Amino acid sequence: MLNKIYDWVDERLDITPLWRDIADHEVPEHVNPGHHFSAFVYCFGGLTFFVTVIQILSGMFLTMYYVPDIKNAWESVYYLQNEVAFGMIVRGMHHWGASLVIVMIFLHTLRVFFQGAYKKPRELNWMVGVLIFFVMLGLGFTGYLLPWDMKALFATKVGIEIAAATPFIGEQLKTLLAGHPDIIGAQTLTRFFAIHVFFLPAALLGLMAAHFIMIRRQGISGPL
Amino acid sequence: MSKQPVSRRQFLNYTLMGVGGFMAAGMLMPMVRFAIDPVLAEGAAGEFQTTNQKVDELTSTPVRVDFSYEQQDAWYTSEVTETAWVYKDENGEVVALSPICKHLGCTVNWEGDNHKNQFYCPCHGGLYEKNGNNVPGTPPTAPLDKYPTKVKDGFLQLGKPEPQTIA
Repeated sequence: MLNKIYDWVDERLDITPLWRDIADHEVPEHVNPGHHFSAFVYCFGGLTFFVTVIQILSGMFLTMYYVPDIKNAWESVYYLQNEVAFGMIVRGMHHWGASLVIVMIFLHTLRVFFQGAYKKPRELNWMVGVLIFFVMLGLGFTGYLLPWDMKALFATKVGIEIAAATPFIGEQLKTLLAGHPDIIGAQTLTRFFAIHVFFLPAALLGLMAAHFIMIRRQGISGPL
Repeated sequence: MSKQPVSRRQFLNYTLMGVGGFMAAGMLMPMVRFAIDPVLAEGAAGEFQTTNQKVDELTSTPVRVDFSYEQQDAWYTSEVTETAWVYKDENGEVVALSPICKHLGCTVNWEGDNHKNQFYCPCHGGLYEKNGNNVPGTPPTAPLDKYPTKVKDGFLQLGKPEPQTIA
């Protein structure tokens, strides 16, 4: 049945080469932990991607209950965590995954740095990778405010004061982030929500696509 | 060993798909259960709400009874007001009908638009007899829902409306 549907589509659109290109792509021996166990260091990029997928999925499900409004945000988080089945698990995945993604991306960065894998011709991919790292930090910063508890509020106050310390445009940057010159409140929460679920994920998907296309173009850097 | 041994490629395929499927299921199961929770949630037991209507004052003419109660909607609590059309039938039994039209959910009125002795829905001209039966040839396809009723200290109490099946 499934085979017939697949054949029907494949006959018309020739989709086999699309996934064959990925499935048949050979992993070089020096990055295969089955050959050399120390090659596990090459897994950190893939693990970052894996955790990112979990973050996107669990985040999508969390927005079914979460409300980005100062009156209801905390209440809705409390409700989804304590009243909804598996709420603790789904929110836990997003909470712990957020830290894990930073750990993984950092380990991946260390591997690329100490192996010198960023050198010519891979400089552009290093730059895109650094941008992905910044986007991830932004996601962590904006997501931290969303539960709207005291920890979230004061962490964001500190974060926004750091942004305000930028030379020349500090005050403007602070207002741009918080949505108000003095108040961290209603407008800050909606802004951070919009940045967290629309702007940064869109940027992240684009940058990751560029990252992966460049890896396929240039291949994995050679054995040391 | 059977006559058709599993090839190395097949074995790897099955193992990888099995392990991968198990991991994907472990990841997705909590999220899906989380999302479908409202569908599986136990319906609140039909609690009776007390109205301001004294049962002694009811006649055979339907009167509009509005009643309010506190509604808990996840993290949001609010006061909602609902309506019933209440009268006593020929046996002296209290009948309380829901005003929600069975066509598309508008609100019906007793003797609205000069329809004598009938409930009238202004949206598409649906008509119901006094006992809630829909008048054939008008849009509704079922009788008006009926509230379960109780009396407490002489005041009328109403439960959750239930569909009627009278012909």
